[in-house]
Amino acid sequence: MNHPSLVTLERDSAPRTLFCGDRLVEVDLPAGTRVIYPKKPMEPLADPDAAIRYALNHPLGSDPLRALLRPGMKVTIAVDDISLPLPPMRRPDVRERVVTILLEELADFGVEDVEIIVATGVHRRMKANEIRHMLGDRIFDAYWPDRLYNHDAEDTANMVEVGRTPHGHKLSLNRRAVESDLLIYANMNYVPMNGGYKSVAVGLCDYQSLRSHHNPHSIRASDSYMDPYRSKLASDIEVMGRLAHEKLKIFTIETTINNRMFDRSLDFLVKNEDELTGRERALLKGLVMSTARLPQPARHAIFDRFPAPYGMTGVWAGDVEAVHARSVERNFEQYCVPIEGQADVLVYGVPYISPYNVHAFLNPLLVQVLAQGYLFNMYRGAPLVKKGGTLILLHPCTDKFDHEQHAPYVDFVHRLLPETRDAVELRDRYEEKYARDPALIQMFRTGHAYHPSHPFFMYYWGENGRQHLGRVIVVGADNEYIPKLFGWETAPSMEEALYRAKGGENRSLEITALHVPPVIMGDVTLPGGAAG
Amino acid sequence: MAACYFDVDGTLVRTNLVQPTLYYLLNQGTPVQTGLRLGRALLKAPRMAYAELMDRRTFNELLYSAYAGMSEDRLALLADEVFDSVLRPALFPASRDLVEKSRAAGHEVVFVSGALDFIVERLANHFGGGGVIANRLEMKDGIATGKLLKPVVAGPEKARIVRDHARGKGYDLDDCFAFSDSYSDVPMLSVVGHPAAVNPDRRLALMAKAYSWPRFDLTQPA
Repeated sequence: MNHPSLVTLERDSAPRTLFCGDRLVEVDLPAGTRVIYPKKPMEPLADPDAAIRYALNHPLGSDPLRALLRPGMKVTIAVDDISLPLPPMRRPDVRERVVTILLEELADFGVEDVEIIVATGVHRRMKANEIRHMLGDRIFDAYWPDRLYNHDAEDTANMVEVGRTPHGHKLSLNRRAVESDLLIYANMNYVPMNGGYKSVAVGLCDYQSLRSHHNPHSIRASDSYMDPYRSKLASDIEVMGRLAHEKLKIFTIETTINNRMFDRSLDFLVKNEDELTGRERALLKGLVMSTARLPQPARHAIFDRFPAPYGMTGVWAGDVEAVHARSVERNFEQYCVPIEGQADVLVYGVPYISPYNVHAFLNPLLVQVLAQGYLFNMYRGAPLVKKGGTLILLHPCTDKFDHEQHAPYVDFVHRLLPETRDAVELRDRYEEKYARDPALIQMFRTGHAYHPSHPFFMYYWGENGRQHLGRVIVVGADNEYIPKLFGWETAPSMEEALYRAKGGENRSLEITALHVPPVIMGDVTLPGGAAG
Repeated sequence: MAACYFDVDGTLVRTNLVQPTLYYLLNQGTPVQTGLRLGRALLKAPRMAYAELMDRRTFNELLYSAYAGMSEDRLALLADEVFDSVLRPALFPASRDLVEKSRAAGHEVVFVSGALDFIVERLANHFGGGGVIANRLEMKDGIATGKLLKPVVAGPEKARIVRDHARGKGYDLDDCFAFSDSYSDVPMLSVVGHPAAVNPDRRLALMAKAYSWPRFDLTQPA
């Protein structure tokens, strides 16, 4: 019997309504298609603040936080940036709750030298209003900007070499964090690839430190990178993270949230279309029609306007490994839907958001990383689609970039991709050169642009999808040029895309569709019960 | 290897070409000389204002005619003062970062300016060295004639000079960078593979947006 989140379509099933960028479109999928829906949101913690206090006082594999504190010590709190969750959550953000309680604890123990660093890694600097949203007015007003600030991976004077891994890779981290008596990392484990050793080793490092694991080889060997126990990326980062945890005194706090991305009034967006009430069907139809008619900036403004009502489902503190095991387990519990066997064709609509375009347009390279990277990797056991299979994605692939945030992406897409699509060649020929681009570094440091190495990483993160898939067909593209740059085909309709996926032969295809967002992971078992 | 070409006035420093000149005019040997020179310069002001709008090269030639009759010794003597009093306080907070990142990337740093060479050289020294492409006054018997030696560094001519410089050094222009604040430097920005608009004026900002050139501000520290 199917899991309740797995629906097999019948001949008379209603069309599925999928995201196509910031539009909703109705798509007819053949009978027999298995559609994976998000699981129901887990019940949030009844009293999150009490749960945080409990976690601090009953840590895993560590003394309680208060036992680590002494008056006059230097403490740094690092927090994840606004790239997660998607979209940003309604106030109070989980990080505000955690940091508020942390600051109270620190004050109780006479710890006054406290600074808060937003661990952006090579992401863009968060803006003041975004930090205010994330940490709340009280913390922002008391600490910004002198004691609450963004990490600056290019501030060479304030980066310190912590050591080298057995393979000789250098790890440099934020000086304030390194020179603190205690570093407390408060994370948001939105998906299983977040958190753990990655928090400090990536969030507070520099470009050179990232290079050793943010590369096509690590990504190719990850199966998948959403499954930290089978992710080469995670194990490579772990080597760096262990080094950081050996040299620094770190107390880890991890939190998880449920998947309530939309308000209850929009629950119909994540429901089986055959089970919608008449009212819900009418509302969905209205949304499909209005997103089709509204101009793009208006659609974007609407989606950008409403923070998500996510609820906190877990919080753990203490030793990084013990804590991370719990948060990953909770992530799997929320996201994993069991499914037997792999499909010939995988279908999904690529939505309008990714971790890297908060308050900005989803540019073509980010469409690529969602399509062949994040969404492709939403599995455990084996990929949702067979090796050499077809991915059909829905997205307009508009050739548009946010000039403030994504300045380095423009050159990557329009200057480098026409040269080669080979990720290894791009890394070898161009990555370091671009990563040292003084103009783009200046935009990263004083503006709100991503680091010039970031578009390279985004391309690599699509690498295992690129290696695994036989072909990618885009439905709904508003141009052919961009898909072609990524080696994708375009089709005017889902019917045509499916026909092409058959290769012109009269054969039936096993089709799986992911009804995202919110996040779903396929827990794939192969025939005979074996995981991939 | 490649080069980073930096416009100076408005890009790395807040000043323009007029301010150092004014400093020289105000610091003549006697008050009478100062008054006479200032008076003559003021008479040219309307023409300079018109030239600024129409043709940067003519503007430079008019401006530097104010130096006619100044001795080479005095120009050199006052150059340190001009740098310390006029340029150094007007440096943008993040200018040094940008120059240092350029050097750290292995690029030759070259300052390209319509200002006078002996002043730009001092700026280059302040930034730890680098090439200087700047205007040079014509001297006769140690006295400035008020004319500029060719080529006059301004507008489209900057593009040709930069191109020749890169070729002479064996740099691929596609790998070179150029930084400027002014629309009048679009020709220079256009010949390199990596142009950037720094504290851009409105017209340059629009152009940078249209062509997806990096745009940033050096007026705030990193």
